[in-house]
Amino acid sequence: MSLYRTELRRLGKRRFARWMTLAGLLVLGAVLVGIFLTNHKIGPAERAEAQRKAERQYQLQVRQVEQERTACEQARASGQAQDGRFPPDCEMIEPPPPESADPQWFLPSTFDFRASFGSTLTTFTAILALVGFVVGASFVGAEWSSGGMMNLLLWRPQRLRVLLTKLSALLTGALAVTLPAAALWTAGFWLVGTLRGTTAKTTSGVWQSFALTGLRGLTLIVVAATVGFALASLGRHTAMALGGAIGVVVVGQFGLGIVLAMAGARFVEAWLLPTYMLAWMDKKVTLENWRSCAVSYTGECKPETLELTWQHSSVLFAVGLVLALGAALVAMRRRDIA
Amino acid sequence: MPAVLEIEGLRKTYKSRRRGVRHALDGFDMLVEQGQVHGFLGPNGSGKTTTLRTLLGLIRPNGGRMAILGQEVPDALPAVVGRVGAIVESPQFFPHFSARDTLSLLAGAGEVPRTRVEEVLELVGLRDRAAERVKTYSLGMKQRLAVASALLKEPKLLILDEPANGLDPGGIREMRTLMRDLAASGMTVVLSSHILGEIQLICDSVTIISLGRRVAFGPVEQVLAAHSRGAVRVRLEAVADLPAAADALTRAGVQVTARPDHLMLAGVDKPAAVSRLLAENGLYVSELAPVTVDLESVFLELTATAPVPGQHRQVDQSTKVGDGGQPNVAGGGWGV
Repeated sequence: MSLYRTELRRLGKRRFARWMTLAGLLVLGAVLVGIFLTNHKIGPAERAEAQRKAERQYQLQVRQVEQERTACEQARASGQAQDGRFPPDCEMIEPPPPESADPQWFLPSTFDFRASFGSTLTTFTAILALVGFVVGASFVGAEWSSGGMMNLLLWRPQRLRVLLTKLSALLTGALAVTLPAAALWTAGFWLVGTLRGTTAKTTSGVWQSFALTGLRGLTLIVVAATVGFALASLGRHTAMALGGAIGVVVVGQFGLGIVLAMAGARFVEAWLLPTYMLAWMDKKVTLENWRSCAVSYTGECKPETLELTWQHSSVLFAVGLVLALGAALVAMRRRDIA
Repeated sequence: MPAVLEIEGLRKTYKSRRRGVRHALDGFDMLVEQGQVHGFLGPNGSGKTTTLRTLLGLIRPNGGRMAILGQEVPDALPAVVGRVGAIVESPQFFPHFSARDTLSLLAGAGEVPRTRVEEVLELVGLRDRAAERVKTYSLGMKQRLAVASALLKEPKLLILDEPANGLDPGGIREMRTLMRDLAASGMTVVLSSHILGEIQLICDSVTIISLGRRVAFGPVEQVLAAHSRGAVRVRLEAVADLPAAADALTRAGVQVTARPDHLMLAGVDKPAAVSRLLAENGLYVSELAPVTVDLESVFLELTATAPVPGQHRQVDQSTKVGDGGQPNVAGGGWGV
């Protein structure tokens, strides 16, 4: 049996990897079920019900206005001091126009597959990227801290080959989980769209767009798993990766965000990692600086904007990946194993 | 006999801003011939484990030469490692795997047939507990598993660091028998241990290391014989005659140490001459016994690690070869 297949077996036997993956898949399942339960198909009955609710709402508003006008006239007749509660002329208190209660607002939530499935892929990616990072870190970190890596190197004294084979096995495992899960996710939401919404206008171009978003999500999951693996290998302990991630979130994201906001920096979100993840998945994110005013040719004051694209994110992720994995490989090659 | 393991002038230096430079291995030499059970002895911190780790490619040396089965390492280690079984320091395994899984994964990585796993489990006595997780094992059971992992490859050279650590008396005896059987089958065994009585019983030859340098090497009996110095214990029929006997022996050029009820003599080539000399002086011997030394006393003397009442020896306080007044290694034997 080859080293690669042995490492795949080892990954499959790791309880933490199994449980963590199961937990991630259960969360995805819960999201799917939650969206199924909170959405409904819109038909004539739902539209009629919405119309009735809108009508009731409008009548309620009219009654409230009438009561208010009556109170105003009573206050004026009794000569009570005007305290600013009522206008000088009670006739100014008018009922709202009938269109103020739009029946559309009273329709139940419905799942439009074409419009909403893309954003569910971001959720799918975020959850599996987290699972990939933690499992990647644990897979190699526990090997280092338990002495398993040293034992393995006594059998295969080719350090880089061993580390890269482990990484290959991890990424194979990540793909083996992600691809079927993505297929089920898509099928699940297609079902949600069919039963609790609509799947209309899902053209081949839309499917192509979903496929590209999914591919970017898959890339992000692979990058997260690799970075977790690399950091844990660098620190020779799972805690190195997890601690590093927590440190980045607490210090580098919350702390930095607060400091930059206090300093009045422009486009604070441009310094935060989730913005780049979102830009990667949605292809672009437009940040707005509400403190500035860019006057348009119509004289309208609009906030200054900064556009972050998936290309910006790709550079950031590539640099992070190369640094983490490169450092792990150099350390593996050079450092003594004590 | 061809050499299975050769180390010449091995050096490993650790540099630290805080603690300065420390030479873990300072020109260390070692030679193990085929089919031997070779004891590798040294006080704590003397460089034993560093030597084994360096030999097995886990630590990069700063200088020196190493060869295993005639091939230079670390360059040829990937080619030769399939014939080397080793455990280094305490047994370490992933705690949540069973012994069978642990060995099966190692066998997979080393491309060893799976059937070998059951064979070694049987050999080390873990057959009936092989399905249990390693974290439930005692130290002795982990030690057995470590030995099993080293034997998986059916190695030509077996390197075991403290294999008897944590074993019960029966286990120690089984381990001793196993070492002997393996050596009899043609396997060369390098055994690092602090249980010197075991080493003396099991090993054909030894290397003693102190502060990163070899202080003694050679066949066990040769090392012991060289250290015995012709020591003889003498008792007389009448204890009152001991001063007169000491006087007569001293005049004859024998080194004498008087004890309350006997004399200890040193540098005696022929014990019969002592008996004859005392009889000529009208002193009659009731006991005349050559004193044999054991490996433990040789080790303590060579490494200068014997406990001294009232003193607390620190880890690095042991003999360094080449220091003033300290022993030097003699070619083909050991220096005193």
